[in-house]
Amino acid sequence: MLIRFITLIFLILASAAPSFAQAPDPKPLFNQLADADFNAAEKLVGQIATTGDTRVVPALNAFAEGDLYFRKSDKAVFAAKPAGAQLELIDPVTGESAGQVAKGAVTKIRINNNLRRAIRAALGGLTLMSPDRGTRLSAADAILRSPSAEALDLVEAALAKETDATVKARMEEARAVSLLSSDRSIDDKRAAIATIGKLGGRDALGILNAVSSSIDASLKPDLDAAITAIQNEQQLWDMAQNVWYGLSLGSVLLLAAIGLAITFGVMGIINMAHGEMVMLGAYSTFVVQQVIRENAPGLFDWSLTIALPVAFLVTGAVGLVIERGVIRFLYGRPLETLLATWGISLILQQSIRTIFGPTNQEVGNPSWMSGSFPVGGMTITWNRMWIVVFSLSIFVGLLLLMKRSAFGLQMRAVTQNRRMASSMGIKTPWVDAFTFALGSGIAGIAGVALSQIDNVSPNLGQSYIIDSFMVVVFGGVGNLWGTLVGALSLGILNKFLEPSVGAVLGKILVLVLIILFIQKRPRGLFALKGRAIEA
Amino acid sequence: MTFKSKLGGALLAAAMSATALSGAFAADDTIKIGVLHSLSGTMAISETTLKDAMLMLVEEQNKKGGVLGKKLEAVVVDPASDWPLFAEKARQLISQDKVAAVFGCWTSSSRKSVLPVFEELNSILFYPVQYEGEESSRNIFYTGAAPNQQAIPAVDYLAATEGVERWVLAGTDYVYPQTTNKILKAYLMSKGVKEEDIMINYTPFGHSDWQTIVSDIKKFGSAGKKTAVVSTINGDANVPFYKELGNQGIKAEDIPVVAFSVGEEELAGLDTKPLVGHLAAWNYFQSVDAPVNAEFIKSWHAYTKNDNRVTNDPMEAAYIGFNAWVKAVEAAGTTETDKVLDSIIGVSVPNLSGGTSTVMPNHHITKPVLIGEIQADGQFDIVQETAAVVGDEWSDYLPDSKDLISDWRKPMECGNFNVATGKCGGKGS
Repeated sequence: MLIRFITLIFLILASAAPSFAQAPDPKPLFNQLADADFNAAEKLVGQIATTGDTRVVPALNAFAEGDLYFRKSDKAVFAAKPAGAQLELIDPVTGESAGQVAKGAVTKIRINNNLRRAIRAALGGLTLMSPDRGTRLSAADAILRSPSAEALDLVEAALAKETDATVKARMEEARAVSLLSSDRSIDDKRAAIATIGKLGGRDALGILNAVSSSIDASLKPDLDAAITAIQNEQQLWDMAQNVWYGLSLGSVLLLAAIGLAITFGVMGIINMAHGEMVMLGAYSTFVVQQVIRENAPGLFDWSLTIALPVAFLVTGAVGLVIERGVIRFLYGRPLETLLATWGISLILQQSIRTIFGPTNQEVGNPSWMSGSFPVGGMTITWNRMWIVVFSLSIFVGLLLLMKRSAFGLQMRAVTQNRRMASSMGIKTPWVDAFTFALGSGIAGIAGVALSQIDNVSPNLGQSYIIDSFMVVVFGGVGNLWGTLVGALSLGILNKFLEPSVGAVLGKILVLVLIILFIQKRPRGLFALKGRAIEA
Repeated sequence: MTFKSKLGGALLAAAMSATALSGAFAADDTIKIGVLHSLSGTMAISETTLKDAMLMLVEEQNKKGGVLGKKLEAVVVDPASDWPLFAEKARQLISQDKVAAVFGCWTSSSRKSVLPVFEELNSILFYPVQYEGEESSRNIFYTGAAPNQQAIPAVDYLAATEGVERWVLAGTDYVYPQTTNKILKAYLMSKGVKEEDIMINYTPFGHSDWQTIVSDIKKFGSAGKKTAVVSTINGDANVPFYKELGNQGIKAEDIPVVAFSVGEEELAGLDTKPLVGHLAAWNYFQSVDAPVNAEFIKSWHAYTKNDNRVTNDPMEAAYIGFNAWVKAVEAAGTTETDKVLDSIIGVSVPNLSGGTSTVMPNHHITKPVLIGEIQADGQFDIVQETAAVVGDEWSDYLPDSKDLISDWRKPMECGNFNVATGKCGGKGS
């Protein structure tokens, strides 16, 4: 026994020693990639990783990004980055430049999802010892996401040297998931299950479920307990998540409806062109981004901030023209207004289609609106979060404008009693015009936000017009608070129905509930009282 | 109301036929073909491109000398994404403009709407979009993919290459996704996938709030088995869907999504960097490496005067349909419907992926199936290509269509022949 043990150690030392003396050169392995199919390439990536040569990390990263090429003349493999119209070749191992070539002289090495997974795992193993804390953290993450028994030794070695607490914790988790698929002792595995159980969340659940069929029977109770614990916790988070999704949908509805709350709610104009104002706002964002992309790419993260006033002014001006040109002749004739504004909406749609073409336009997300962050067991995406913040601030801003400014006072005076307001010296036609322009402008800035989550196409507005009317009518015509409460409650109701009955039936149920509600309370949630309603 | 509008329609039609007649006299040496694609309304986003592609094909054919020594003339009408209007416009094209054949439609609803018109007036429609199958009309040629030319090979690829065992079938709530998912579910279960490993989800047209569904997919994917999403989500709803996927951090390496309605055109409105590795199955990608494709892209860029315009699968289907029709007309020596219907079966024309496509007796065509992965530049990298597959009109995986076949050659001349009873007729008649 002892002898065998010593022989083993000797063997290990013997096999390890030459690898320290002359580490196998990854370069020929890279060059084999030129002729490899996907399966062979996957094996090669594994072999490159086992060389342990960390110099290959940039090249593997380039491979994952699809930037690895082979030269047609000699099938030598290089990472490449664009240099003008040409490509600059970079040696995959040394990282030195190997000169520039025309794009036609090299062929891209193709990659599929399996290869991407293999590269991710290889990179995880190779960068565990990186001096950079962030790199080590993402390496541990990579191992967490693609656990393998082979990674175990690497993780343990890295763990022994790790000093940073956060990275260490992540590595412990990575060690635990790798350990589950290795042949370590039952007790080790039991501890690993406990660690993963504490980690919680969907990923942990996935890992535990994945091993549940192959694991030793004596560990089964531990495993099941851990799974149930995570599931119970997840159920609570699911509730929270639904509330958040509801708020988020509600804030989108609020954004779409708040302009209409002014033109329809306050002024009583059935404005079918409201959706097109939202669309114009989204196209303004597109144009602003195009200009920025061409002239000042560095400002891209500011594009939405710049687009806001632009969209407000453009749609406000269009609104002003519509009011002065068409709607003012139709006050007091709701049916004609409906038809006229519907006609306007078609005209606007078709003119956008003629100018920009019928296809979707790409509106980019600035970096601060991409991705997500975890809150306990749920994920919150940045774009949704900012839209909630944005729509609430528009609401507050509008409320202040209505209640605290001279224009707001005149606006309310005109809606409540036009003749009285007129005899007090208020120029009611201009108040009408600017109120309509304000409603349109608000719809325009809503379009800036909606361009971040929806298609920017000529049809953008159509998908919001019904919802907008629904919210305003449900909330109570003429009341901003009603619009807020209406939008949020419809959003939450929708999101609580969706998981159980599906999106299609959920939407129908919401409509039915609104119809029933309107039967009971024709004036909506917050009905205006007093003279205004008779006017 | 109906009477009035009918009267109005009749008057309008009379006026139009008068102009059409005078036009017909003026240009007697042309052959007219109809282009029936929506140029306004919700479908304009997809169909306008096909209208342009048809006009380009006509222009190129005329440069080559036209057909039967006559110039082709395209008559373009706009059915405005309105299904009943499709039937009206089709009738107008056939009876007033006297077109020899019509190229058009996108949604199955529009095709179903014009089908009786083409059968009644005995004209020919070339339909260039992938669809759910379960149909074969004497007067329609289906040059897009049937489910076995797109959906089933895609599922096979995921199961074989990526080892997928758990499936989310997500679609928009209408006939194409419903039927395709029904076929896929039957197919997967025949391959031993358990019912609890399949999740089917439908959303309304233009659905834009995907938060719940994407997190449901995540939840479904955390059962420890490799999970994939098979998406039959239609056109516009895809952009917010993929944005949500990207933002919630679902990577293609973890849960790949394979889509049947997402092509180069749909990706044009998207930042595809977070989507690299998600898949699509088509019979053509712009990235196909074939001389005939390079030439097609070149002339498309020249025709549209825009080097950034992408090409896509329905354009290839339109290209195949158009060339097959030209070849059949030249073989028949006439544009008469019955003669062309006889001569077109068996016609082989080059497709854009470097092979040839043949019109089969069931009015579907043969073509290869390509699986592509989305790249950061909005193009697809082809990871698998099959040999040419014959379009199967009646799915073998649905109980009420597995005994049906279609053969429009004489003497059978039947679109729904039941091999079990030996009779023509039944479902779809």
